[in-house]
Amino acid sequence: MAAVAPTNQRLKTSLRYLLLVLVGAVFIFPIIFMVVSSLKPDGQLLRDTASIRAFLPVGDISLDNYFAAFKRAPVGLFVFNSLLVTGITVIGSLFLCSMAAFAFAFLEFKGKEIVLSLIIATLIIPFETIAVPMLMVVNSLPSIGPDGLTWGWLNSYQVQIVPFLADALTIFLFVQYFRDLPKELIEAARLDGARWFQVYSLVIVPISGPVFATAAILKFLAMYNQYLWPLMVTQSEQFRPVMVGLQYFFQLNTAWGEVMAYLSLITLPVLAFYLFLQRAFIASIASTGIKG
Amino acid sequence: MKHMTLLAGALALSTALTGGALAQTELSLWYHGAGNAVEREILVGIIDDFNSSQSDWKVVLEEFPQAAYNDSVVAAAVAGNLPDIIDVDGPVMPNWAWAGYMQPLQLSEGALDGFLPGAIGKYNDEVYSVGLWDAAIAMYARKSVLEKHDIRIPTLDQPWTKEEFDEILVKLKDSGEFDYALDLGMADQSEWYPYAFGPFLWSFGGDMVDRSSYTTAEGALNGDAALEFGDWWQSLFTRDLVPGTSQDMADRETGFIDGKYALQWNGNWFGIKTLEAVGDDLLFLPAPDFGNGPKIGAASWQFGVSATSDHPDGASAFIGFAIQDKYLAAFSDGIGLIPATAEAAAMTKSYAPGGPLEVFFGLSEAQAMLRPVTPGYVVEALEFRKALSDIANGADVADALDAATDAINADIARNNNYAPAN
Amino acid sequence: MSNKQKSLQSHPLAGWLMTAPALILIVLFLVGPFILAFGFSFTNQRLISPNPTQFVGLSNFEQLLGVGVLTLDPERDDAGQVVLDAEGQPSYPRLRDYTRNNPDYPQYDGMREWFSFSTGDARTYVLARDTVFMKALTNTLLFVIIVAPVQSGLALLLALMINQKLRGINVFRTIYFMPVVVSIVVVSLLWRFIYDGRNGLLNNLLEFLTFGHFQPIDWLGNPDTALFAIIGMSIWQAVGFHMVIWLSGLQTIPLTLYEAADIEGATPWQKFRFVTWPGLRNTAVLILVVITMQAFALFSQIDVMTNGGPLDSTQTLVFQAVVRGYEQQNIAGGSAISVILFLLVLSISLIQRYLTRERT
Repeated sequence: MAAVAPTNQRLKTSLRYLLLVLVGAVFIFPIIFMVVSSLKPDGQLLRDTASIRAFLPVGDISLDNYFAAFKRAPVGLFVFNSLLVTGITVIGSLFLCSMAAFAFAFLEFKGKEIVLSLIIATLIIPFETIAVPMLMVVNSLPSIGPDGLTWGWLNSYQVQIVPFLADALTIFLFVQYFRDLPKELIEAARLDGARWFQVYSLVIVPISGPVFATAAILKFLAMYNQYLWPLMVTQSEQFRPVMVGLQYFFQLNTAWGEVMAYLSLITLPVLAFYLFLQRAFIASIASTGIKG
Repeated sequence: MKHMTLLAGALALSTALTGGALAQTELSLWYHGAGNAVEREILVGIIDDFNSSQSDWKVVLEEFPQAAYNDSVVAAAVAGNLPDIIDVDGPVMPNWAWAGYMQPLQLSEGALDGFLPGAIGKYNDEVYSVGLWDAAIAMYARKSVLEKHDIRIPTLDQPWTKEEFDEILVKLKDSGEFDYALDLGMADQSEWYPYAFGPFLWSFGGDMVDRSSYTTAEGALNGDAALEFGDWWQSLFTRDLVPGTSQDMADRETGFIDGKYALQWNGNWFGIKTLEAVGDDLLFLPAPDFGNGPKIGAASWQFGVSATSDHPDGASAFIGFAIQDKYLAAFSDGIGLIPATAEAAAMTKSYAPGGPLEVFFGLSEAQAMLRPVTPGYVVEALEFRKALSDIANGADVADALDAATDAINADIARNNNYAPAN
Repeated sequence: MSNKQKSLQSHPLAGWLMTAPALILIVLFLVGPFILAFGFSFTNQRLISPNPTQFVGLSNFEQLLGVGVLTLDPERDDAGQVVLDAEGQPSYPRLRDYTRNNPDYPQYDGMREWFSFSTGDARTYVLARDTVFMKALTNTLLFVIIVAPVQSGLALLLALMINQKLRGINVFRTIYFMPVVVSIVVVSLLWRFIYDGRNGLLNNLLEFLTFGHFQPIDWLGNPDTALFAIIGMSIWQAVGFHMVIWLSGLQTIPLTLYEAADIEGATPWQKFRFVTWPGLRNTAVLILVVITMQAFALFSQIDVMTNGGPLDSTQTLVFQAVVRGYEQQNIAGGSAISVILFLLVLSISLIQRYLTRERT
């Protein structure tokens, strides 16, 4: 028996890996295509798409497209803008949305159900369908700058950040997660005399690693991939994010190699952020284990 | 501080930091060429020349990527945030002028003498915009292929007729040497459809709208000529002579060069690239004549003055300065488009007599026709594109053209016949 | 004792203070613009126009939702025999004779065939004033009905797979998430050549698997397959997104519960059924709601890959709202579609909520 079990176990483990790898193959090929293509000259890139060569770094391989991409557009500026806007929005929205969700999940107050329903109802409104009215709204907001009080938020970072600091998806995500947490934790803290904000920040936040990580990555993606909105509200290059910058590469003769190089470059921060958050996932598994 | 709109404040501030001459009034200029280093270099050169040529005005450039340009400008217009000088795609100009976002140019008498008609943006008898260049389309072909299949090389005086063109396509298809006889570029879902295929309809005798009144498409887009065009158009696809709407972008760019397609309907901006690959064998042929003469579309990007500009005189001064022959020639050499005057053409590498693209100047002069000059064009173009896609994909020809006609008429009615605002 | 009771009582001040910042932002930037759009849908508002805006009542909605039914008898020759067309089917008078400038049928003026069916010799045509909108509506519903269950199920499977304790599992967690990270531009470019009608990867694969018996299909160019091609690609692209949400839900389930189940000798299925699934209740509600809403918002793939074609087979509500509101500058018409979409999804989610309510 002792001799059979390990072999059996090993076979099972191998099968698991085989399955993981097969499924992985289905998901990884766009990245391979993107990175491999970024190393090829345009003519070859397009010809290769008709065959398996699309996924192989063969032929005339070089980093030329990357140099050309930096020459064509201020890639660094675009990435900086996107990271700045995305970073502030992610941090701000994690705080505002988790705090609101905490109140929705744990506090009783009049009108709560209606307000929560209203917020969830806004999930229904696709951004594209209210982009123009939203433009009219931000265009009539006051702003205090070097010219004193002016109207309109166009051409700024704040117009790309503030409207997205609170959103229904993030609040909903936190509410559903918090509802699964044991109520006893809160009551114990309240018995110790903690104020509500302290219960939120000292008791709930520390044990909510996975949901913070999830909310962060989802928000990061949504913000980093913004296109229509920044296009509408920024007229000067100084404030443009990466997805608007992508349009620099679509010319009458599109340089596909440069497009791929640029996309590879701007995908790096997202991947890095995801990998960084995975550590948070792992760390939180440990803490949930202790909690349970 | 000089008078300026609050909204221009941010722009002004950023340039003030770079230390501009305070005596000059700033004029903002929006241009669609972001990402194109050559265009940028030429335009910046013109702006520098202008700024140092006089002491009243200082033009400041803001570039936008072309694919996002119209959306950006419309959004800025909604927000009341337009620059002094805008660049505008020719056929869209009447829409912006009608909507009150542009004002007529103040150019000196005779400033536009000798310009290709397609480079002059006229609406309601006023010149609103002017282009430094025009674009043209030709039938790309290989001389060796035509000779091998015993196909007559057409000229502007004697273009291919409808029947002749049809026979040629069938012959090329039947030879078995090509995936398709002709590549129309169906993958490109932008302005390409009305620009490239509208002229076929015109040559059949139809149009996207009745140009005598511009208040209905009835009879123009669904009359007998248009139906005949629609049937022919559909037959191209049912007979497998041309690739359909699902053609991939790679094939559009390399298919003709690689010999997958015998002919290609393409713009002059692909001329140099294709010449490099194909060499002397390459021919740029005129459009076929479907009954009302060979036609191609006219008008490309042009400069105009925004209605909200506080300094239309300065803006016009810049435009008047920019349309000198040497700049026309510089743009042509840089990006391969047709210079707007013959004098400028003579100064260019490609369009000078004997130059490799010279033929395009003649094609443009002889066949070019403007897309409908009306604010309704924006919707007409979209509906035309949809009808052509649907017909290519097997929709009933009459129904598809009726649908487009109704949609265009509904749009015109919704806008009070696009009557000019007073 | 009194303290414990207090914590269960109402706390309006703390509740409002903690929700206020998010609430104000949502009202200002989501509810406000939507109310504006709602208002536009009753006017003839244009994106840019010199004409004054006028109140037009419900006409935008009538234009979108107007339908009619017309039954036609087949054409008969002089002997009273039904005329057959080239394919041996009865031939009918042309619809356009009834729907265009026909004073006898003013109610059908400007309508077009949405779909039709035969009843005996006669053929019944269901006409719509705006067939593109109707197709967008049915396509969107079909998309939601397929994508919501399939995508949430697959996402859960993937989440379970990557929640295993295996060496190197992080690599797979990253790989499965890849399509979400990559720009839709790359995805669409790639899938265009996967779906290519001549030598696309999918056709090549199917030909290989069927030993050459498979006839290549132009997946995106064929009205019968285009929407399904979009559905396949969309699920592939977004499944990682929901996998991550499932994963965070999985990780709230205390490990001790699994240990207890192990001690009792539970099978993997029993562990899933009695430990995992009950622990995922709130996550499941969240996923279902989010996937449904996101599916209704289908836009980018259409915009980049098919533009609604071929033959309107991939039109969707949001795509049409954008085309009309933005490209055609008809913000009133686009807003009317948004309002219809909102009401539709609201009623569906109320039903969903009712069905998934906690039974006490």
